[in-house]
Parts: sequence; C-alpha cells; structure tokens
Amino acid sequence: MRWVEGVGATTERSVAYVGGLAEVSANALRLLIRSPLKRSRMLDRAIHEAMAAGVGAIPIISLVTLFVGVIIALQGAYELQRLGAMQLVAGLVAIAITRELGPLITAIVVIGRSGSAFAAEIGTMRVTEELDALKTMALDPVAFLVAPKFIAMAVMLPCLAILADLLGILGGSLFGTIGGGYTFGGYMLATRDALQLRDITSGVIKSVVFGIAITAVGCHEGFSTGAGAEEVGRSTTSAVVISILLVIAIDLIFTGLFYLARGGN
Amino acid sequence: MAPSDSQDPVISVRDLRVRFGDREVLHGLTFEVRRGETLVVIGGSGSGKSTMLRALVGLEKPSSGEVRIKGVDLSTASAREMDAIRKRIGLAFQGGALIGSLSVGGNIALQLLEHTTLERSTIDVMVRIKLEQVGLSGFERYSPSQLSGGMRKRAAFARAMALDPEILFFDEPSAGLDPITAAGIDDLILSLKKAYGLTMVVVTHELASAFLIADRMVLIDHGSIAAMGPVEEVRNSKDPRVRQFLDRIADSTQEDVVDHMRIFTEGIR
Repeated sequence: MRWVEGVGATTERSVAYVGGLAEVSANALRLLIRSPLKRSRMLDRAIHEAMAAGVGAIPIISLVTLFVGVIIALQGAYELQRLGAMQLVAGLVAIAITRELGPLITAIVVIGRSGSAFAAEIGTMRVTEELDALKTMALDPVAFLVAPKFIAMAVMLPCLAILADLLGILGGSLFGTIGGGYTFGGYMLATRDALQLRDITSGVIKSVVFGIAITAVGCHEGFSTGAGAEEVGRSTTSAVVISILLVIAIDLIFTGLFYLARGGN
Repeated sequence: MAPSDSQDPVISVRDLRVRFGDREVLHGLTFEVRRGETLVVIGGSGSGKSTMLRALVGLEKPSSGEVRIKGVDLSTASAREMDAIRKRIGLAFQGGALIGSLSVGGNIALQLLEHTTLERSTIDVMVRIKLEQVGLSGFERYSPSQLSGGMRKRAAFARAMALDPEILFFDEPSAGLDPITAAGIDDLILSLKKAYGLTMVVVTHELASAFLIADRMVLIDHGSIAAMGPVEEVRNSKDPRVRQFLDRIADSTQEDVVDHMRIFTEGIR
C-alpha cells in the first residue's frame, strides 16, 4: 500500500503547487489593479521586460519556426506525394503551424530564454537578500518584479506566436516553391484558402495563457529558492521542466475545449 | 549623553519570540529604543541578533510577542501602514543587498523615484549628495558588482538614508572589513548620529566598534538578553555570560561535550 501513499502525497504536492501558482498570479493581478507603486514606472518596467523576453526572442523564434515550416512541408510532402495530393501541403503546413506548432514552439523557446531567467533572477535576489531589501524599501517584490513580467509576457507571447505563424508558413512556402511545384503566390493563396480565422485565434488565445503560466512558474520557483547558489540552479531547472509540462498540459486542455466547442467534428 | 528615560520609545519590543519550525531562536526579548539614541546589539554568531533585527523591520514574523515602531504593532499593521513605516526607516544589510540590475546611483534613486514626486534632476542631485556623504562620489554609474565589499556597505548606507529616515538599522556594518575601512564605517555612523540625531539600531559582534558608537547596549546570548544598559554598565558587568563575551573566552571544553551529547541524544529522539 506504500505506493498509494506515494500517489496521494504527489497529488497533494501537485495541487499545492498549482495553488502556489494561482496565488502568485492573483497577487500580481491584484497589485496591477490597485498598484501601490507608480503606474508610469510600472509601465517602464513592463516595457523593459517585454524588450528582454519578447523582442530579444525574435531572431531565435524566427529561425526555429522557419525551419519547422520547412520540416512540416517536407514530412507532409513525403506522404501526400504518394496520394498525388501535393496541393494539400500548403494547407497542412498552415494548419499545423497556426493551430499548434507556432504557439507551442514559441512557448518552449520563451521558457528556455525567459522562464529560466525569471527563476534565476528572483532566486538570486532571494539569496543575496535583495528581495528583503525591496521589502524594507516599501517596494513589494510581487508588484515590483512580478507584475511587470506578467504584463510583458501576456502581451509578447501572442505577438511572438503570430510571428511564428508567419515564419512557419514562409518556411513551408520555401519547400513549396523549390520542391513542391507551387509558385509563391499560389502557395500563399492555397494557405489563405486552407486557413480559417479561428485557426489563428485559437493559437493566439493559447499563447496568452502560456505566457501567464510561464511567468507564474518562473516567479514561483524564484521565490521558493532556498539558501545558496546551487538552489538557484535547482529552481531554474525546475522552472524549465515544470513550465514545459504545464504548457503541454494547457495545450491539451485548450485543444480539447476548442474541439468540443466546434461540435466535435 | 544618552537621552533620558522619560522620552517616548520609537521602537518597543515586548516578549518577542521567533521560531523556525519547532526550534525557538528568540526566547522572549523585551527592550525599547528611544528617540535619537544609538542602541548596539552585540552577541556571538548564532545568538539570534540578526533574526531580531529582521523581526524589528517586519521581515520575520514573531511567533508571539509584539514589535511596535512609532506605536504601530507590526504584526497587525495593514499593508498600507507597513509601507508608511518602511518609508520612515532605512536598513543597511550586511552584504549590502544592492539591486544587481541597477547601478549604484539607480539603487539610491530607487525609493526617491517610486515614493516621491520629485523631478528627475532633483533626484540626481540628491543621489550625488547621498553618495558624497558616504565617500563614494563619482560612483553613480558603477554596477554594484564592480564595488569592493566596504564600498558596497557604504553604498547600502547611502541607499538606507535615501528618504531621510527617522530610524536607521545596520546589520554587521563592519563585519568582514579591514580595520581601517571598519574604522571609517564607525566614523561614518558617528557623523550621521551627530549630524541628523537619528535613532539607530546597530547589530554587530565587533566589540571595539560597539563601544565606540553605542549609547546603550544589549547583549544577546542564545536567544535571550544577557545584559542591557548604558555602555559603561555593560562594560563593567560582573555577569559571567557578559564577561565571557567581552573578555573573548572560548566556551569550555566540558560544555562542548555536553552540547555534543545533547545533539547526539536529540538525534536519537
């Protein structure tokens, strides 16, 4: 019966963890609405975070999704060719990228760049007493550090996801024009015909939630860092691992919901 | 000259107890800090003096007892009241705790930018003045990591004084510094005291520095107050615990054995 206890304890820890995430998010939201700090300064910090987490991620996300677009086109063409349905490659790439891979790859790159950085930043500040220093200066660490990160991520992730959509489709068109017998214009028309607005909006909505989840995990891990430098490393690692797990889980739930909302067919 | 007893206490601590898990580290401290005095808290490593300082500024929650600053009980104060108090106090951390992502000037300007409506140009002038007071003029643009330990401590003093607080707290101001730099820090504290008549609480284990800057002293030993009073009274105390600390006598080996046995038996229990 040991393993039942183990399952129970793990479940309890997981629920408590999600509770911790909800707490840090709710606190940040409350402090955003009734900010004890100056709003103009809050906006400055949010822009600073958005530059680091969002604008800084543009090159890598562009490159990765461009490649993924080519890969999907190649993989799709491999099968579709046998069916003599090469004209469907554009639609396949468009739907796979906008519904799923654009937002997901964006989220994973941002976890690696920013989720880990949030945990390391806040964890180090905890170890060096900087968080305590902020408190004694009447600067709430959640209002000062976390709230701007939430704004930045909730705004930047959908922007990055749209960029990822564009670059992924562009990647698909690279294959389409070179090896798939499309003209560039023809590929784009085929893409437009295959896409519906909700393919893009569902991806964008998901990426807003991803942004919030990544911020919550990164900051929560940072605040729960223990004493010492190796603890910062540990919380950075778990920020990345837990964020990836959480993002995939959220993706699953949202995809399921969108599927049901469409009537299940 | 120490202020008279009739003056109202700025900080009053009554039966302060703090526990971490099931280990109590402060066993009911009661003392007051009067307006304009410098209270030096001395005690060995692990005596609980840093925990006490953290409780005084509301970073550590007392498990029982109360801490009042200017009459407000910290454990029942609302967030707004707490912020109001914290704008009137300054704390210089042992390691400086300067915000690493900001420059030295940015650290000192931080509270002025967040809590006042002063013009940026005025704030820049104030930052320069504060840095000059601690002998760091010209270091505005340096990053905290580019400063030496002593400079970082002085920058932390400047930051603690940014809002011209009524009460200043120092955690180990001269720990880990060479004798010359440490003497410089003592001079700095004395000059602040003379110039502004601030109420100061200094936690230290440097005896020479403690006797130099204190009006009154508190000796904390194993989480309780072993002695408290004006400097001369503590210096001449006959209490064995006080004498042991002041005369720098190591714990006897016999006690060590008892301690070891205690650790051993607690481990079994």
